[in-house]
Amino acid sequence: MNEPAQEWPAQAVRQVEADPYAIHRLFPQAERRGGPGARRALLGALHGDHAVIRGLYEAGDSGERLAILTALHELDLGGTAVGLVEDALRTNDARLVAAALGPYGSAWLDDHSFRQGVLKCVFMSIPLAAVAELDRRFDAELARMLSDYAAELRAAGRPVPSDVLDRS
Amino acid sequence: MRIFDPHIHMTSRTTDDYQRMHAAGVRAVVEPAFWLGQPRTNVGSFLDYFDALLGWEPYRAAQYGIHHHCALALNPKEANDQRCAGVLAELPRYLLKDSVVAVGEIGYDSMTAEEERAFEAQLALAQENDLPVLVHTPHRDKAAGTRRSLHVVRDAGIPPERVLIDHLNEMTVGMVADAGCWMGFSIYPDTKMDPDRMVALLKEYGTDRILVNSAADWGRSDPLKTREVADVMLAAGFGEDDVDRVLWRNPVAFYGQSGRLDLETGSEAGPDHAGNTIKRG
Repeated sequence: MNEPAQEWPAQAVRQVEADPYAIHRLFPQAERRGGPGARRALLGALHGDHAVIRGLYEAGDSGERLAILTALHELDLGGTAVGLVEDALRTNDARLVAAALGPYGSAWLDDHSFRQGVLKCVFMSIPLAAVAELDRRFDAELARMLSDYAAELRAAGRPVPSDVLDRS
Repeated sequence: MRIFDPHIHMTSRTTDDYQRMHAAGVRAVVEPAFWLGQPRTNVGSFLDYFDALLGWEPYRAAQYGIHHHCALALNPKEANDQRCAGVLAELPRYLLKDSVVAVGEIGYDSMTAEEERAFEAQLALAQENDLPVLVHTPHRDKAAGTRRSLHVVRDAGIPPERVLIDHLNEMTVGMVADAGCWMGFSIYPDTKMDPDRMVALLKEYGTDRILVNSAADWGRSDPLKTREVADVMLAAGFGEDDVDRVLWRNPVAFYGQSGRLDLETGSEAGPDHAGNTIKRG
C-alpha cells in the first residue's frame, strides 16, 4: 500500500468546499490517499447536502458506505437520510447493519424498522451493545419479539445469547 | 503453505468452497469481472455485479480468512452487445475503489472490431488510473488471438510488466515470455492446463513472471487446483521457496503494482472467529 500524504485531506476538503460534486471522485480514494478520517472530513465539507450524500452512498463500496453511516449523525441531515439506514439494514453485511443502528438510525428509524433492525442484529450475532440508545427505544413489542425468539431457540435446543436473555 | 489465487470467479462458488480453499492454504484471491453463463442485456446488470465484487464477495471471503480483491472491466464477449456498451462510461468511477487492483478481464473472445474497441478503451482507462491489466486470451484460435493481443498491448504503450496475459498454454507461452508480460496459466479438470503440464512449463521457463490460477467459475472447474500445482511442484523437485514464489510472491508483485493490495487488514480472524460467520439476518 502507498503511504497517505499529509496534505491530501486538507486539499481535498478545499476542493469539495468549492464544488460539492468533486467528492464523487475524491471520496472513494480518500482513505488510501489521505489516511484514516479523510472520508469523515470530506463529508463534513458537504454541509448537510443530503442529495450528494445519498448519491455518494449509492455509488459507494462497503468501506464508503460504512464511513457515511457512522458519520450521519454529525452531518446536519435531520431525517433526510433515513433511507440510507434502511438500505443498510437490507444488506447481509454485519458491519453495515451494526452501523445502521448507530446514533442516526436510533434517532430516526420508525418503531417497526428499529425493532426489526435490533432483531436482525441478534440473528447476525451483532452484540446489542452496538445499538445506540437501545434503552430509550426499547418497548414492550421489542421485548415480546426477543422473548419469542428466545423460545424458538430453546425449542431447537440452541443456546440463547446473553444479551437476548437479559432483555426477553 | 500460503496461496494467492490470482484469477477466480468466487461469485459462482459456494461458501463451502471458501472453507475448503482456506484449509488448502488459500489466503488471498483476485476476482476479475467476467460473464456469468447467461448473457447480460443491460448496464444495470453489470453495476450490481461490480457492487457485489466490491461489497458482498470480499465480506464473504473475509469470514473464511481470505483476502478478496477484484479486477473490473467490460468483458470481451459482452463488449459485442451494444446494450452493454454503456458499461465503459461507468467504469471510471469504479476504478477508483480501494479493492480494485487491476482492469480485467479484457481482450478478445471472437476477435471482433467491437471487442478491439473495448480492449483499447480499457487499456487507456488502466493507464489513467495507474492500474495493471489482466488480459484474457481467447479459447478459439488462441495462438492468433494471443499474438494480436500482444500487438494491441504494445501499441497502447502500456509497459509489459504491468500486463498479465492469461489462459496460456504450450502454444502461447513463448511469445508472452518474449514480450516481457506476466504469464498466467489456468488449471482445469479437463480443458486449459493441467498440473503436470504446468510443472513441465515451470521447468522449461523458470518461475519468473509466472502466475498459476484455478479460474474456477460456474463451469467444470476446481478452486483447489492451485494447491494441486503446488503439491506437484514439490513432488517434481521444486523447493518450497519456488512454490511460494509462483503461488504467492508473483501475484503479490503483479497486483501490488496497483498500490492498493491490502493483505494486512480484515481477514486475519479466520473461519471460526466469534461472531464472524455468515449469518442470515
